[in-house]
Amino acid sequence: MYNKGLIVSGLVIFVLLVTFPIWFNGLDAGPLPKPELPPNGTKECVAPAAEMRDRHMQLLNEWRDDVIRNSSREKIVVAGVEYGKGLQLACMQCHSNKEKFCDSCHDYAAVQPTCWECHITPDEAAKKEAQ
Amino acid sequence: MMDNKRRKFLKMAGATVLAGISAPAIVKLSSNPAVAAGDGGHEAPAAAHAATDTHDEEQSSGVRLGMVIDMRKFYQNQGMLDEAIAACIKAHNVPQIPDPKSEIKWIWKAGFGNVFPEHSQKLRSEKVKDNQFPALCNHCDNPSCVKACPTKATFVVEKNGIVAMDFHRCIGCRFCMAACPYGARSFNWQDPRPFIKEYNVNFPTRGRGVVEKCNFCGERLALGLEPACVEVCKGTGAMVFGDLNDPHSEIRKVLDQEFTIQRKPAAGTKPSVFYIV
Repeated sequence: MYNKGLIVSGLVIFVLLVTFPIWFNGLDAGPLPKPELPPNGTKECVAPAAEMRDRHMQLLNEWRDDVIRNSSREKIVVAGVEYGKGLQLACMQCHSNKEKFCDSCHDYAAVQPTCWECHITPDEAAKKEAQ
Repeated sequence: MMDNKRRKFLKMAGATVLAGISAPAIVKLSSNPAVAAGDGGHEAPAAAHAATDTHDEEQSSGVRLGMVIDMRKFYQNQGMLDEAIAACIKAHNVPQIPDPKSEIKWIWKAGFGNVFPEHSQKLRSEKVKDNQFPALCNHCDNPSCVKACPTKATFVVEKNGIVAMDFHRCIGCRFCMAACPYGARSFNWQDPRPFIKEYNVNFPTRGRGVVEKCNFCGERLALGLEPACVEVCKGTGAMVFGDLNDPHSEIRKVLDQEFTIQRKPAAGTKPSVFYIV
């Protein structure tokens, strides 16, 4: 092999650079987010927590298509309480603090969903009320 | 020998080229009568003409929600129109932007000349001249905006004929605004939230770069309520809402009894909003 030293040291530098975020943080992914449980004390969600964690975004898209496209707006009943299909109509009725619930994981995972560009959080509504 | 072969080849080539050039023309000529009869290119206008002659336009089947606006009730009571508009603004988080170039309109007031530009404006009665007319999305049976939309963000709801919008899907190209003959669509040039006075927390706002318009209160109808503007005029008969395809509906009774006009019928969009002027 020609230029063995150059190639091997180059590879080592490359791997170190690529893995920079991992070793720079001391092989630690930081404290895991702890999303706030519903302040109103509700225990049951529309689906089990594990499923919601995995696919709440798909569920929201399905609800959106049901309500807007297919005009199927039948209520969802969880533990005797009726919810309309929708971020504002269902989710935020219990998870009323977007900053402490939604944002906690979204910030950790560095995703920026555009939901709240249009959908109103209780906090936003309270701010408008105060004006 | 060689010459003979070459001559033959050239003849064949010439014949082939000629056949190739003339074939489309021959096909076109021979099928021309078929085009006129079968394709409908010439048939359609004739049929449409016959239909308008008998005042029996082809209608969509199923529920087709529409509205009759009885201006005789609004002439006496223009305040009710303001209330109806205010109810819509509140129900749908419609921003109130003072600059007319970027204002957002779902239901709005306009003069007779603007609402019915195809009608003669000369020597109109005082009440028509002095009063404002409500204008809103006509939820057309043949909506040009739906055809223009490249993402199907605007579509006809099969269940009730409402021309609805999926704001999630709107890319803000504004083709629909160019296609709508009624100016019923508005574009959000800026974040609308600072211009909303009061939130309805059960309905979203819109974001920058999205088109919006009247949705015939689809979300209220699902709850068994009437559209917000119709509810304000309840009991006066100023706004009658219902299924245009149901011969026994209240709106059809009004349409059977009264002479009504539509906005820009010549645009061919078959509007579902009728006016008694």
